[in-house]
This record gives sequence, structure tokens and C-alpha cells, in this order.
Amino acid sequence: MAKLDSQLFHIDALDELASGNSVFHNLDPRAKLVTTLVFIGTVVSFGKYEVSALIPFAIYPLVLISVGGLPFFYLAERVLLVAPFAFFIGILNPFFDQTIMVHLGSVSLSGGWISFFSIMLRFLLTVGSALVLIALTGFHAVCMGLEKLGVPRPFVVQLLFLYRYLFVLIDEASRMIRAKSLRTFHSRGTKIRTFGSMLGHLLLRTLDRAQRIHLAMCCRGFDGHVRLICPLKIGWKETIFVLGWVLLFFSMRFYHISEHLGLMIMRNIV
Amino acid sequence: MHMADALISPVTGGAMWAATAGLISYCSKKVKDDLDDTKIPLMGVMGAFIFAAQMINFTIPATGSSGHLGGGLILSIILGPYAAFLTIASVLTVQALFFADGGILALGCNIFNLGFFPCFIAFPLIYKKIAGDNPTQGKIIAGSLISGIAGLQLGALSVVLQTLFSGISELPFTTFILMMLPIHLAIGIVEGLATAAVVVFVFKARPEILRSASEATPIGNISVKTVIIGFLGLAVITGGALSWFASSRPDGLEWSMAKTSGSEELKEPSNHIHEALSGVQKKTAFLPDYGFKEPALENTKEKIGEETPAVEGQESWPAVNAGTSVSGIVGGTLTLALAVMIGFVLKRKKY
Repeated sequence: MAKLDSQLFHIDALDELASGNSVFHNLDPRAKLVTTLVFIGTVVSFGKYEVSALIPFAIYPLVLISVGGLPFFYLAERVLLVAPFAFFIGILNPFFDQTIMVHLGSVSLSGGWISFFSIMLRFLLTVGSALVLIALTGFHAVCMGLEKLGVPRPFVVQLLFLYRYLFVLIDEASRMIRAKSLRTFHSRGTKIRTFGSMLGHLLLRTLDRAQRIHLAMCCRGFDGHVRLICPLKIGWKETIFVLGWVLLFFSMRFYHISEHLGLMIMRNIV
Repeated sequence: MHMADALISPVTGGAMWAATAGLISYCSKKVKDDLDDTKIPLMGVMGAFIFAAQMINFTIPATGSSGHLGGGLILSIILGPYAAFLTIASVLTVQALFFADGGILALGCNIFNLGFFPCFIAFPLIYKKIAGDNPTQGKIIAGSLISGIAGLQLGALSVVLQTLFSGISELPFTTFILMMLPIHLAIGIVEGLATAAVVVFVFKARPEILRSASEATPIGNISVKTVIIGFLGLAVITGGALSWFASSRPDGLEWSMAKTSGSEELKEPSNHIHEALSGVQKKTAFLPDYGFKEPALENTKEKIGEETPAVEGQESWPAVNAGTSVSGIVGGTLTLALAVMIGFVLKRKKY
């Protein structure tokens, strides 16, 4: 139960961060969406043995976090929570690819380990930037940005509805689970018949709720279009944001900062 | 079964995005044209229902583990395939954004794997055929079970293919498929049973919901032909994207073909850039041959021994040698430190 409640709390918390006030919070959501997409595209476009060239890309989420005043450790925890999938697929690489590719003194590293590190790094960067996007923008604004970028309206309305009723239905399901748990003396198992009837009831209530919502919306004059009070606009700030980052990403893609810096340092030391 | 951004290449991700975007706009159009607007809140609330439903588990007999509802199939049964596809797409989008389940680039893959197969293959071609217009409890259970399994097997196969085309994971095709299909057979059975349990309940309690759902939506007349045409279209899109990739970067496709044939030889597209860069570097550097030369030589020797086309040997491996790797590690650590410092400086400025 505690787990469910804390998960709910988490969705809330991420969206609440978006109510903050910073240069990046106030940008048009489209600018942040496009930049994040370009960022993810650039990060995953590297070859699979690339590790060091990916590191400079950490600057994008880090700068957004610090300028936006977002809680770093909270976001890091969220990222690590979902790490297992990439980890378990990636950890198999060392077993299948045992060609030695790097010698560091007496230690040698196989290609599999390098590509594993590369996978984990990509994972941190892509997932981190997606969470930062939501934390800086908020779900509603992201949806509005999506609509302006040409995503079909029924889909955007669908996203908004889903998000609105997510909390309501999660609450309802938690109440059902709690009630069932109390009536069965906290027994952990649920028979499939009980499961069917619980979910079935939840489904029937959901359908009834949808009907009530629809009637209420009709009374208020809903015509399939969600309107925004504050209009979106792309100004010079947005242009600078997008162009600046995209230029940086592309230059980091084609100019290997880490390696050049490393070579320079090594040369001076030796 | 959610694909992650870290495991796919931009081309695969992009192609699946294109396919999914096409499907979403097609379904949006269908929903707008064919359905009354009572469906709009219904779809939204049903999406939320899927989230809530995933919190309720049931015990799988004799295993000690538990299963829950996946979503695509039950949505198709209640809403019809078009509305169901939009709904499952929205569920996956929220999961990608809030729970970082999957990823933004992988979203196309995920929507396709978990939405297209249950909504447009398993539901119309299997469930509808078995349960038909006059469902009974037995037909519902059989239909849900078989289409649950079919949907998830197809999805799992699609995950394997997408991973394979991306080439980030080292898993060989056969190993991966032998791993994924049995797991998803089990998940499919669970999905089928869970769906059947709920649908049977609704069938007993409020049978008119199932009837009106299947009447109100144009699912009855979706033909095998439409599905096949759709598939062909997607194949053309994907093939087009892949061949564009192949022509601009010949390594990619060769590589994935070599991969399926089990050969170890592989080259990285980015090697060319590396070669170019290291070429420039050699010309400009003070100590051009700086590096851990001996291990690097050993490395290439080993490789030449293994490879059949020895001509390519030295050319294809300049990307990773000890010298550049060490400097990569040093430089990488430094850049990370720099990035963190920039972060801190900006933070201080704020206050």
C-alpha cells in the first residue's frame, strides 16, 4: 500500500516541479520538446562502442537542472528506478562480445564491456533528459506544445483526459485494494475470480464515470477542443535556446571533446 | 517488454516513430469521423483505468508470482481497435514521460509493439473471429487467451527485430528470440486470463456494454485485406528508411546482415569520423605517435588473425586503441567534471 501511495506521490511531485519559475520554465514548451528530441537523437546516433564522446552530453540535463532549480537527487532516483531493463539487456553484451579492445596497463577490457557502459550512459542521458523535460514544463504544457507541433487533436485531448483521470482512478483502485486487504486479513494472494470481479467493477464504475463526465462536459459546451488561456509563442528566447543547444549537440557529435582534452592533458604530463 | 532509448538506433526509432505517427493520425481521423463524441471522455477514462488496473494483481496458481492486465486487448474489446490504439498510445506516452518506462525515441517502437499487434491483429483477426457477435463465456475465454498470446508473441518478435536492426545489443538473434518468446508466452497467457476474467464479469453483469461497444465501432468490417495492405505499407516505409540508411552509410545494413549470419566482423559508422579526426590529429599534434603503441599493435594483430579480409584489418580498427582510450577516459572524466562545474556555477548565479 505504501508503495502505491508513494508512486502516486511521485507523479504529482514531478508535475509540481513544473510550477517553478526560471528562464527555462518560462520557455515555450515547443522549444524544450524539440531540443530534447534533438538531444536524444544525437545521443543515440553514436556508435555502440562510444563511451567518452557521450560524456560531454551530460551538460544538457545538468544545466537544465541547475538553472531550473530542480532537485538533482530526486531526479537521479527516478532514473535509477527504471534502470533494470537497460541494465539486464546491456549486461549480456560482455558475454557475447569478448573481443579485447582496450588495454589499460595490465587490465584489458572487452568490446562487450565497452558497449555495456555505452548503453548505460545512453540510458542515463536519454531518460534523464525526458524527466527533466516534464519537470521543467509540466504535462499540460507538453500536450499543448504537441498539439501546436501537429500531433492530431483527438490524441492530445486523449492525453489530457488520461492525465486528469489518472489520479482519480488510481485513488479508486487503491481504495479497492485496501478494502479487499482488510476483508481478507491482509492475505496476499488474489484468486483470478476475485481479480475479475474487482477489475470488472472498477471497469463498470469507470464507464459510468465517463458517461457522467461526458454529460457534464456537454452542459459546459465542450466541442472537442481544449482551449488555452495563455497563448504559446516562439520569441527570441526560444530561438536562442533551440539554436544554441542544437549547435552545441552537433559540434559535440562531430568534435570529440573528451578525447582531445584527454590527449592534451596526457601530452603535457608526459 | 518496453524498449529503451539506450538500445535502439536513430534509424529504427525514427522508422517506428513514422509508422506509429501514421497509425495515430489514421486512428484519430477514424475516431473523429466515425464515432460520436461520447467516446472522447470514455477513451480518456479508460486509459486511466489501465493504469489503475495494473495496480491490482492476481495470484498465478502454483507459481507464487502474480500477474496483471496489460491493456491492449481489453481496450480493443471495450472501445474497438481505433479508439483502443489511441488509448494505449496515450498510456505508453504517459509511462514514457513520467515513469521513464521505455523512452521518448523508443516510444514509437513501444506503441507499435504493444498497441498495433493487440488492436489490429489479435483483436480483429482472432478475438472477433472466435467470440463473434454472440459471445458465450467459453468463447470469450478462448478468444482472449489465444489473442492475448498471439498479441504478445508478435510484440516480442517485434522487440527482437527492432533490437537486432539497431545493433546496440550484442545478443544474437536466436538467443534473444529463444529468451523472449517463452517469457512472453507466459506473459501472454496471463494477459489472456486477466482479460478473460474482466470481460466475463462484464458479460455477466452488463452484457449490453460489450454489445454496444462492438456495434458502435466499425470493427466488424475490418478485413484481412486492410490489415495486409497496412502491413505492406509499413514494410515499404521501414524498408525505405532502411535502404536510405544503407545507401548513406553502407556499414549499417551490411552489419545487420552479418549479424544475422552469425559473423563477428563489425564496423561502426562513426569510425569514419574517428578516422578523419585522428588523421587531422596526427597532422597537427606535436607528438603524433603518442599512445600505448605496443598494446595497440597487439590489438590489431589479433584482429588481423581473426579477420578474413586482411586488407581492411588495420584500417577498420583505429577507433579504439589504448592510447585514445586512455585519453578518452581522462578527457571524459574531465568533461564530466566541467559539465558539473558549469551546472554549479549557473546554480550559484541564480541566488
